[in-house]
Amino acid sequence: MNQLSFQLKGSVVTAIVLELYRYSRAQFGEDLGAKVRQAPMFFHQTPVVISLEKLESDALPIDFVELISLCREFGLRPMAFKGAPPELGDALEATGLVLIPAGQAGRAAMPEPPAAPVAAASEPEVVVRTVVEEKLVHRPSKIITRPIRSGQQVYAEGCDLIVMAPVSEGAEILADGHIHVYGALRGRALAGVRGDVQARIFCQSLEAELVSVAGNFKLSDSLQELAWKAPAQVYLQDDTLHVAAL
Amino acid sequence: MNTREPGVAGRIEERVLAKIIVVTSGKGGVGKTTSSAAIGTGLALRGFKTAIIDFDVGLRNLDLIMGCERRVVYDFVNVLNKEATLNQALIKDKRTPNLFILPASQTRDKDALTQEGVQAVLNELSRDFDYIVCDSPAGIEKGAQMALYYADIAVVVTNPEVSSVRDSDRILGILQSKTRRVEAGEDPVEEHLLLTRYSPARVQAGEMLSVQDVEDILAIPLIGVIPESEAVLKASNQGMPVILDQETEAGQAYSDAVARLLGDQVEHRFLEVQKKGFFKRLLGGK
Ligand SMILES: Nc1ncnc2c1ncn2[C@@H]1O[C@H](COP(=O)(O)OP(=O)(O)OP(=O)(O)O)[C@@H](O)[C@H]1O
Ligand SMILES: [Mg+2]
Repeated sequence: MNQLSFQLKGSVVTAIVLELYRYSRAQFGEDLGAKVRQAPMFFHQTPVVISLEKLESDALPIDFVELISLCREFGLRPMAFKGAPPELGDALEATGLVLIPAGQAGRAAMPEPPAAPVAAASEPEVVVRTVVEEKLVHRPSKIITRPIRSGQQVYAEGCDLIVMAPVSEGAEILADGHIHVYGALRGRALAGVRGDVQARIFCQSLEAELVSVAGNFKLSDSLQELAWKAPAQVYLQDDTLHVAAL
Repeated sequence: MNTREPGVAGRIEERVLAKIIVVTSGKGGVGKTTSSAAIGTGLALRGFKTAIIDFDVGLRNLDLIMGCERRVVYDFVNVLNKEATLNQALIKDKRTPNLFILPASQTRDKDALTQEGVQAVLNELSRDFDYIVCDSPAGIEKGAQMALYYADIAVVVTNPEVSSVRDSDRILGILQSKTRRVEAGEDPVEEHLLLTRYSPARVQAGEMLSVQDVEDILAIPLIGVIPESEAVLKASNQGMPVILDQETEAGQAYSDAVARLLGDQVEHRFLEVQKKGFFKRLLGGK
């Protein structure tokens, strides 16, 4: 059929955004180390976009090469700078990372999950029709009836995830849509992993190691005062993650 | 092995294959070998022809607890490597009829276990036995995975402490994904929780998880709670499975567990702190 050795496809990659305010090697290393220790698996080999949009006015100069290598030491994989002031252009370009303008690839601007590849669509009308259909098709939720154990991972791609059993400490559940757990949620739950800020997590007993909606996460420490061991929901509002008893 | 009367030859063909039970835990030292010896002996006492296989290649423990270490000539690995036949390697238990032990090798490591080899041994045993009890090594690596791969039933041995419960949870995950049954699309492995080294006094003092706590986290049926007891160490020093000592609570608790494994409804015992009576205190009874 086609002779190409590859194919280019549009796609969405979930990355952590590290919003930098100020930088000193010692302080940054200490702060990052503390965060990573709380959830080593979450940060391991995770792509990171370093946002400079909120940089304090007296933060410069910054040794960006050193900052990147510090990130790498902690297992993060910096891939881009976002919203860099123009005067830093050359210095950042030299690091080899991608420069993306402010306001792009942010949560709000995160594109919809890409539609299934349109097969050999040569006629533009065909493409349009396919996209419309894609929106109307109901994607069935993924339903799991057995406990999800430590070391297991379940991902509901392009849909909601419903678990009718406990989710153990050390287990990880992910969904592009909502997550419902009819049982104790003791592991890690990440809803809206491809950027859906409307996604929510519902559970019968909140005992999670980590909850996250569209990349905004809270660790168990900060959940203790919020509906701990009670029925709860987790959702995003105005860019902040909220946890509320049900 | 046992020769069957000519008259029942027709029935041998239709005979159901042995049920394979794995005794597993993830965490080490929680009482797998003690429990394998007790459960295997308990099944044999009830008339089932039973073999206990020591999968802990390189360590060898089961033969000590069963008191047959001096009678080991060939072992599991010899059979896997076809250096001996099963009949040559199986040790017939001296105390309990119907009971056989297949000891592990002390001189090899776990790489000696191959999937095909293990399957061949289990297939051969299956034709002649009712139950095969596999005493798993600790961990979640190759040895443990090999021990549970062919299981029909899993007895997950857990101590009432967080790290042991966590490891048991991990093993349950593996039981759900890496077994012959799952891969063949058959019913999943039957899972049972066996809580061992349980000390009601320490639970009351808040130093240990309670039965309820552990059941809550693991969410599988409980087949027994074995109390922490000096009788266990004493029995294993004598090379005798503790279930044979029905004077002891641990022995009785293991009998109950075997009954439940076979489907009997038996009330749980030894879960509460017991006040020692005057005579017991005087006699220092345990
Ligand atoms: N109910 C009990 N009360 C007191 N001691 C016990 C009890 N059960 C087991 N033990 C002791 O715990 C130790 C470990 O037991 P055992 O060898 O059966 O564990 P295991 O899980 O097979 O260990 P490994 O992972 O090394 O194979 C032994 O010394 C044994 O006597
Ligand atoms: Mg052992």
